Amino acid sequence: MATIRDVAVMERTARREGQIQFARGRGGLGRLNGRVSHVLLIAAAALIGASLLFPFWGMNLRAPQYPGGLQAQISITHLSGDVQELNGLNHYIGMMKMDEAAALERSLAVYLIPAFALLTLAAAFVRRRWWWLLVIPALGLPVVFMADLAAWLYYAGHALDPRAPLSSSIKPFTPPLLGEGKIGQFNVIASFEMGFYLVLAASILIAAAIALRWRAATTRAVR
Amino acid sequence: MLPGNRKVVHAAISILAVVLLLGLSACQTGAAGPSTAAPAAGLSASAADVAKARNLTPDDVTAALKTYVPGGKYDDYYMFASGGQSGQVFVIGLPSMRLLKTIAVFTPESWQGYGQGEEDTMKILDEGKFKSNPILWGDTHHPALSETNGQYDGQYLFINDKANGRIAVIDLRDFRTKQIVKNPVMINNHGGAFVTPNTDYIIDPSQYAVPLDFQYAPISEYKEKYRGLITYWKFDRRKGRIDTAQSFAIEVPPYWQDLCDAGKLASDGWAFCGSFNSEMATGGIEEGKPSFESGSAQRDMDYLHVMNWKKAEEVVKAGKAQTINGMRVIRLSTAVSEGILYLAPEPKSPHGSDVTPKGDYVVVGGKLDPHVTIFSFKKMQDAIAKQSFDRDSFGVPVFKFNEVMEAQVELGLGPLHTVFDDQGYAYTSLFLDSGVVKWSLGAPYRTEGGWKRVEHIPTQYNLGHLTAVEGDTVQPGGKFVVALNKWSVDRFLTVGPLHPQNLQLIDITGSKMQVLYDAPAGVGEPHYAQIIKAERLKPWKVYPEAGWNARAQAKDPNATMPGQEKVERRGKTVEIWMRAMRSNFNPERITVKKGDHVIWHITNIERTEDATHGFALPGYNINMSIDPGETVTVEFDVTESGVFTYYCTEFCSALHLEMAGYFMVEP
Repeated sequence: MATIRDVAVMERTARREGQIQFARGRGGLGRLNGRVSHVLLIAAAALIGASLLFPFWGMNLRAPQYPGGLQAQISITHLSGDVQELNGLNHYIGMMKMDEAAALERSLAVYLIPAFALLTLAAAFVRRRWWWLLVIPALGLPVVFMADLAAWLYYAGHALDPRAPLSSSIKPFTPPLLGEGKIGQFNVIASFEMGFYLVLAASILIAAAIALRWRAATTRAVR
Repeated sequence: MLPGNRKVVHAAISILAVVLLLGLSACQTGAAGPSTAAPAAGLSASAADVAKARNLTPDDVTAALKTYVPGGKYDDYYMFASGGQSGQVFVIGLPSMRLLKTIAVFTPESWQGYGQGEEDTMKILDEGKFKSNPILWGDTHHPALSETNGQYDGQYLFINDKANGRIAVIDLRDFRTKQIVKNPVMINNHGGAFVTPNTDYIIDPSQYAVPLDFQYAPISEYKEKYRGLITYWKFDRRKGRIDTAQSFAIEVPPYWQDLCDAGKLASDGWAFCGSFNSEMATGGIEEGKPSFESGSAQRDMDYLHVMNWKKAEEVVKAGKAQTINGMRVIRLSTAVSEGILYLAPEPKSPHGSDVTPKGDYVVVGGKLDPHVTIFSFKKMQDAIAKQSFDRDSFGVPVFKFNEVMEAQVELGLGPLHTVFDDQGYAYTSLFLDSGVVKWSLGAPYRTEGGWKRVEHIPTQYNLGHLTAVEGDTVQPGGKFVVALNKWSVDRFLTVGPLHPQNLQLIDITGSKMQVLYDAPAGVGEPHYAQIIKAERLKPWKVYPEAGWNARAQAKDPNATMPGQEKVERRGKTVEIWMRAMRSNFNPERITVKKGDHVIWHITNIERTEDATHGFALPGYNINMSIDPGETVTVEFDVTESGVFTYYCTEFCSALHLEMAGYFMVEP
């Protein structure tokens, strides 16, 4: 009769076997899960790579004297839209130039984002137990981006030059990260853009891949 | 797949789908269009009350509805009108008849910084000087939009100065004058500018005969020494400039040439200019002789000049022209022997010469004769083939009137100028009867009821020219005619003895013409105008890049970006590179010495529409207008010491008053 100790040994053996089966790409369920997660990780890498081509976050501003509105977008590598006009307006209230915010992050991101994509791609082919370490950066990317952006928005709206012409007309404020806000005579609507949604989608795919591989690794191989 | 795994994958896919949908919706954040309320079907009660309170008839209300352009919407057409003695061109929107802008051409205009110190504008005005006399005004008469294949292309506008014999070129990308050419052989003009169908040439005929090349001869030698000159200015479209070296002129008899038009389609390669003093009257009222006004009206016929400019081009290329002051002139005898010049008798001191849309007819307004006379180009060609001519006293072949005249239509007293619509009708201005007459063209325009007077509508008052939508092109637009009345008399509030002119908008779409609106021209005397569909123009809202030179239409070598501002001294010359943006100049403090020569460049680095900065330097007669992206330059001698404050003169921002600087001049 099998004792508890025997059962524990059997389960541990089965787990190890399952892992070995997974590692060798063998076993019916393991193989299937392996294929799906393989595809998910490659797709995630592609999405992260594609995100370089799109803006991540944008602002739309409306004011009486701008019938066409003003807008600006942040991509990983550069700013686009009415940046010169917004910088000009910002100088009246002593706010920093948009280019000066997150300059270090943006210069590093040119290398980091492709690197994260490559790591994710590599993870698709790595069949070791520590494979998931490779996808941690890509997984955390959306959160890191949002946190960094929120921090810079707070900083930009609070580190105002007291010598600015309109410094007395405006109190320190935080430009909106998402949704509506008002700055002076401007109605502002902030939104995430395609680039952000791509890395968010990539995160979800990576999370799914992690879940699938974990399940495959802890399941008995079916003979 | 394990049941649990299916759930994981499904969950992932659903979250993914939601995320991607959010992402895609982020791409489609288009600006919401303006809310379009359904247009009012009938007049609301309150609108009817307004009409009653203001004593407006139903016709008045309809006229108001046809001309009113609501805020935020645009006019359908641009009308470019000459400014007469103001030396300017007016840009007016149709149907609202609002003045949108005045373009400075021959006369300095300080708001737009034209001829008020800015180097390039001073140079353009200087190009127009007569010998060593600077001329700072002009008598602009006939604007001509550039054409491609006989239709307006919206790229350039040409305008003449009658008083001093000059033509100017305006670039319609930025609505600015780029060039003035002074005729090197003739002192005056009138019947220009008119362009050939692809703007190869701009036609510019003289009016009052004088000796060519500014020579002297007493009036007793009128027949021998006094001449007219019809100049064909070559336009280089790539450069956007008139090329005097490639231009040529034809010497013509001293008949006081008047208005011209270029042939098109059937008559492409030919041009037509009327005249009104074939009598060669020389006045002398002070000696008891008949004055010019009666002397020039003695004969029953004057002459329409018919020129083959295509052939004239070849005659000039073959070296048969005489070069006078850089202009190649085909002498009268050469014009006759080469078959370039013909004359057609036209009744009694006529005025306009207007070619019909297909180029098959030339319509001449009788002025002192109540008819318009229509000549057939084909019949002229037949007469040339048959060599069926009389000769004038200069040997120029003269067509026989009945061989080239197609029709005559009696319209009323003082027919002057004719324009055309898209239904086969012509519209002629009547000066003495003070009105517009609509009449029908014959075949091929109208197959029945052609060459008939149709309708007369009075205008207020003393109508000179009139214009129709694209009405002198191969494809007139119809819809509107604008009457350019010379006298407004009692049509507006009295504003002193000098009265404005009256531009009246007329609706020609109905069964009866209707005057919709009286628009006073606040300044000047618009002689003629051209109306072009708004979509044909592609003007810039700002200059293409920061640091732009408007005259060269290219980057300026002295463009100054942030960080590049500096002041440099070289002996007695001080050169300043300045940057302007809301709301400061950089540098803000400049020190020089009395006696220095200053060269000052300023760049407006703005990229936003309407963000123009001005620059005035008190005491030195300088005001410049610097548009977004533009670089301007001014040069002057520092003659007075003291402290002067330069400042931005065009309201630019909340801190416009603070946009100033100190120019300190040490004694």
